[in-house]
Amino acid sequence: MTNTIRIIPRLDIKGPNLVKGIHLEGLRVLGKPEEFAKHYYEQGADELMYMDVVASLYGRNSLFDIISRTAKELFIPLTVGGGLRTIDDIKNVLRAGADKVSLNTAAIKDPQIIRQASLKFGCSTIVVTIEVIRQSDGSYLAFTDNGREDTGVEAISWARQAEELGAGEIVLTSVDREGTGTGFDIELIKKITDAVSVPVIAHGGAGKPGHIASAIKDGGASAVAVASTLHYGYAATRTAGNQTEGNTEFLKSGRTFSKIEPHSIREIKEYLVNNEIDTRIADYTF
Amino acid sequence: MQDLKIVILDYGLGNLFSVQHVCKHLGYETLVSHDRKDLADADAVILPGVGAFRDAADSMHERGLVSPLKDFISSGKPFMGVCLGMQLLFSESEEFGSSEGLNIIEGSIKKFPSVGEAGNKIRVPQIGWNRIKETEKGVKWKDSPLHSIEEGSYMYFVHSYYAKPANEACILSVTEYEGLNYCSSVKQDNVFAMQFHPEKSAEHGIGIYRNWLKEISTDR
Repeated sequence: MTNTIRIIPRLDIKGPNLVKGIHLEGLRVLGKPEEFAKHYYEQGADELMYMDVVASLYGRNSLFDIISRTAKELFIPLTVGGGLRTIDDIKNVLRAGADKVSLNTAAIKDPQIIRQASLKFGCSTIVVTIEVIRQSDGSYLAFTDNGREDTGVEAISWARQAEELGAGEIVLTSVDREGTGTGFDIELIKKITDAVSVPVIAHGGAGKPGHIASAIKDGGASAVAVASTLHYGYAATRTAGNQTEGNTEFLKSGRTFSKIEPHSIREIKEYLVNNEIDTRIADYTF
Repeated sequence: MQDLKIVILDYGLGNLFSVQHVCKHLGYETLVSHDRKDLADADAVILPGVGAFRDAADSMHERGLVSPLKDFISSGKPFMGVCLGMQLLFSESEEFGSSEGLNIIEGSIKKFPSVGEAGNKIRVPQIGWNRIKETEKGVKWKDSPLHSIEEGSYMYFVHSYYAKPANEACILSVTEYEGLNYCSSVKQDNVFAMQFHPEKSAEHGIGIYRNWLKEISTDR
């Protein structure tokens, strides 16, 4: 029975730059998002996800430029999130060329925005991102603002509510695992995929292809969002010479993470297919 | 200058610009319009769409686009429907009770069940890539804009409802999702429509647009 798994490169964007942190913090500049996105498209990425990590209400022009250029050149779906507060914010991002938007803080503050947005733009356009931190008693709480603000909202019931309000998909971020390469929180993924019937995109913890296979087979994820594994793989093939803004020390140092194996999309997908997971391997080359 | 007037019909729903981007990428200018006059003198029409059937049907009625669009299609000029733009061609949908469609193709729009025949959980909407296949009784791909596409190619789908044509002869491709086989594209005379989004299906999807645009340019 077919249920084809998606591999979605997630690009965290700060101003004009692609950045990457650990636990959503300590951002390092890796390069220009469009260049990475184009490479991933050519490698057979199933979708792209852009997250504006600064999420300020003002000065979003560079983000709109990045979205618009991506939509004109890369013909796969693009999800954009980060700091979208109102129906107008959503409309503007869709107009710029995004196919879907992801909501977190705004949805927790006022869950009705999910219903309004899904009625206006179609439920498959509205993705709800849940950033989760596991508590010492084993419970899971939803956080906002890149894992900084405790909302007191329990993650599993929130996922159910988001689905009822019309979310077409859920992006599930384990803040504990994000950027660490130590593997996904499988228990969390399983709890959420059991609780809802919309697709769940697992995010946070991929350090090697085996982790991704486990999020799918053991966790029941329909898609996996991958950042570090792909970015470090591609960044290593380039030079930091043209990067002048932001925290570029990491790029210049040439260091890598011992826990994160750099892999291309094609390598990840070949691993999945060899492990009997159905996924699309691009049969075209550029 | 291209002398072909290609109209992308804007009825207030759906990502029209992604369709326009692909056409432009292939060297074709298009006009996004909700004006009946543009429908009347169009050489070809694309009907895109994302969202709910009833909203779309209501919006087309409110904008007075239903009979101009039916007139256009019966003129025999090339028409392409995408996603909701395919579903709207059918007689009726079971979404939110029964809603009336354009009734160009006999059949109905049904919701994916939440549980499959094998007792398996079916996640709805289906969001992602899935394979398209030719059928024995349906239209052959060599006679369609899919002529360059390999059997079993992946296309990008986003939908909770699927089309069930009354007559299998119009089926161009089928797709299987969680054990359920359904019609994923149709071709009937001048009407060509797909449940998947070719404009989001990378190189193969662009190939479908290329084939269709080439066909409509040389047929004139």
